[in-house]
Amino acid sequence: MQIFSRHMRMLTTGAAMSLALLAAAPAFAVTPADTLVEGFAIDDIITMDPGEAFELSTAEVTSNTYDLLVRLDLNDTSKIVGDLADSWTVSDDGLTYTFKLKQGLKFASGNPITADDVAFSFERAVKLDKSPAFILTQFGLSGDNVTEKAKAADEGTFVFTVDKPYAPSFVLNCLTATVASVVDKKLVLEHVAAVTPSDEYKYDNDFGNAWLKTGYAGSGAFKMREWRANEVVVLERNDNYHGTKAPLTRVIYRHMKESSGQRLALEAGDIDIARNLEPGDLEAISKNADLATTAAPKGTVYYISLNQKNENLAKPEVVEAFKYLVDYDAIGSTLIKGIGDIHQTFLPKGVLGELDENPYKFDVAKAKELLAKAGLADGFTVTMDVRNTQPVTGIAESFQQTLGQAGVKLEIIPGDGKQTLTKYRARTHDMYIGQWGQDYFDPNSNSETFTINPDNSDEGKNKTLAWRNAWDVPKELSDESKAALLEKDSAKRADMYKSLQKAVLEKGPFVIIFQQTEVAGYSAKLKDFKLGPSFDTNYVGPISK
Amino acid sequence: MSIPETSQLAGRKRARAKGWASTIARFLVVMVTTYLGLLAVTFFIGRVIPIDPVLAVLGDRAPAHVVERVREEMGLNRPLYVQFFYYIRDALTGNFGTSVLTTNPVMADIRRVFPATIELATVGTLIGSLVGVPLGVLAAVKRGSIADQVVRVVGLIGYSVPIFWLALLALLFFYAKLQWIAFPGRIDIVYEYSFTPVTGFYLLDSLWQGQWDVFVDVFRHIILPAGLLGYFSLAYISRMTRSFMLNELSQEYIVAARAKGLSETRIIWGHALRNAAVPLVTVIALSYAGLLEGSVLIETVFSWPGLGLYITNSLQNADMNAVLGGTIIIGSVFIAINILSDLLYRTLDPRTRVR
Repeated sequence: MQIFSRHMRMLTTGAAMSLALLAAAPAFAVTPADTLVEGFAIDDIITMDPGEAFELSTAEVTSNTYDLLVRLDLNDTSKIVGDLADSWTVSDDGLTYTFKLKQGLKFASGNPITADDVAFSFERAVKLDKSPAFILTQFGLSGDNVTEKAKAADEGTFVFTVDKPYAPSFVLNCLTATVASVVDKKLVLEHVAAVTPSDEYKYDNDFGNAWLKTGYAGSGAFKMREWRANEVVVLERNDNYHGTKAPLTRVIYRHMKESSGQRLALEAGDIDIARNLEPGDLEAISKNADLATTAAPKGTVYYISLNQKNENLAKPEVVEAFKYLVDYDAIGSTLIKGIGDIHQTFLPKGVLGELDENPYKFDVAKAKELLAKAGLADGFTVTMDVRNTQPVTGIAESFQQTLGQAGVKLEIIPGDGKQTLTKYRARTHDMYIGQWGQDYFDPNSNSETFTINPDNSDEGKNKTLAWRNAWDVPKELSDESKAALLEKDSAKRADMYKSLQKAVLEKGPFVIIFQQTEVAGYSAKLKDFKLGPSFDTNYVGPISK
Repeated sequence: MSIPETSQLAGRKRARAKGWASTIARFLVVMVTTYLGLLAVTFFIGRVIPIDPVLAVLGDRAPAHVVERVREEMGLNRPLYVQFFYYIRDALTGNFGTSVLTTNPVMADIRRVFPATIELATVGTLIGSLVGVPLGVLAAVKRGSIADQVVRVVGLIGYSVPIFWLALLALLFFYAKLQWIAFPGRIDIVYEYSFTPVTGFYLLDSLWQGQWDVFVDVFRHIILPAGLLGYFSLAYISRMTRSFMLNELSQEYIVAARAKGLSETRIIWGHALRNAAVPLVTVIALSYAGLLEGSVLIETVFSWPGLGLYITNSLQNADMNAVLGGTIIIGSVFIAINILSDLLYRTLDPRTRVR
């Protein structure tokens, strides 16, 4: 052993030195006083261009870094308030919207904000025709007419012309969507890339799309400094912001996927806010005196859908039976405790026309009766595609067990989110459990997807949720949904959506289970941190430490 | 028959040159086949995984007409063999395209993330060799003793326990419980915008710039993942060292050295280990290559922004350009290290040169 003693001594000394080095560092990490660090699953971000982005995390970043003409009133989501727009009027025929801009506005770059920038923002979104462009093009805008239909009358006046006399609340709600964010025309034009026109894309430049994927040309409370996919988003205060200046100089979103990891980091002081907590971690955090929690209902509903291509699932009695086979109470008190509320209609709470009715209860006897009526008294076997993530996995397992009590054998096919979605969009599933968030804050968003399916063939162009589940929606339902868009009287419009929800609740092949409550755990030192009513209203501007 | 010395020398040179030529030819064949294999496997994996690549480009909620347009733009409506042809053509011209996930050219992404993996694997291999070689020597010298048994058990655990499981346990213990190490990642956010890496190797950069606090921070980030990788390679290195040493210690020259009265220290470290070092170089090099490609799980657990994490993310998103680029780079490194260690072996051990 003597031969080794010298070497072992060296090794031990080395190890001791390493330990000393570790011990020398501060035991608990603390984020800097002027910086907010959020742990957030941001792996859905694929672009930062507001004309292209359509993901939940991007929407949050965009709404903090870009301004819109109008925004949702956070105190009353049925109202709209001006952002860059000071005031607006709607013409008597309901076709022309005229916006007067606030004066002396500036982009983060220092360039002045004019109606020309607003017109350019609309033009580029429509001409690029990326995922969220339909929110604007549904008003009759196209690449050929956009410069005429969305134009600057003078430096401070923007005029927007729609093709039908839609309900003004619908038009204005759509303009609060991130696709209508106002970009800095001068700055974007400095970064356009040349494109060879083709049949699919008729323009000779990319309207700065390649640059804006990771670049920034806005005027929001914060500027976007950097986005690294699946790693980090860094925002910095915009000193040219027209509203109240943010107290913090920097906001960092760190990509963290797991609830437990976020909890650990929050407890250790490595992050200030944990955004994706599951019930267990949320409960632990609420018991910690240094930490606090907050919650807000979000416009996302979780549902199980039954593909009508499956002949068993296409029987109306089976559809109804399945609605009785979900143990809503058990799910509500355990799996989604604190992160959701039982909700069986397609419009989430807080949206115009929302119907707060949960008529279905877990009832095996009733379900068995219905199954017998459908000629399936002995039950049958069916599969369900389930994304490997909570709470859907837990709900799927609970459903598997309760279906079993009525003799229906449910086989769960687990998969990655993109995998299950690929199958769902190709209509090759039997059943699917998923979430649906509104594309924009207006009842039409969900109404359209749950009640409109003009072409139920595999080639159908309008791939709504009704189409994905091969539900040949009764014509009167679709017609009512379309008519609600043109109803100018808000109260009447709300009633129309209520009746639509009743119909889907009764007949639709969707077992809607709950509405998501967004939760966050945060350091008790934070001030003025609030979650907004929609995914793009979680503002970081007011927060201080 | 007497042959003039000069021509004998020339003959040997010729033979050696011929040896090198055939070696290089062999390498080339291996390389080309490996690359083609890699390309084919990556391509077909990309087509077999049940994820629609258009999803990766557009996200979850794109309207149908946009999906159709992008599918066409991406050439996914062409026959498979045509797609494969374009795939090979692009790869051979070094054009790995743009990553849909990061929107950057794949090569630019790799240049950014690869140093993180190299740094991690290098520190891991250093730990593995600096601890593994002495342990292996110890086990060989004290063959059959308790020390030998301990080394073998330690090695066995490192070899048989899944590394991600160890990593999770270690993270819970050292980060959550003891707070000794830093939060997963490569560097604290506090330094992220005050520290400008030059070479991409943060330990070296921070030392070079004299930023001692950054160095400590980087050290606190790297020590656990690298330590675990080191443990993993230590298991292999110590076992191989032990067997090489046992082989050397049974050789006649050791008996001769002992007879000459040389000290045990000199015999073991100066003679036996020196000879065992030749095959050890290959072992360490291969283990290094193994860590470079195999740190995927560690990188995932520790959110280490390296190539492994990059490829994992890309695969999950069907970002095939990125997967292809990453695979080719890892494949190239693996081939290069193999060739280098082979050449080194030849240089160090003259017996292997002429067969």
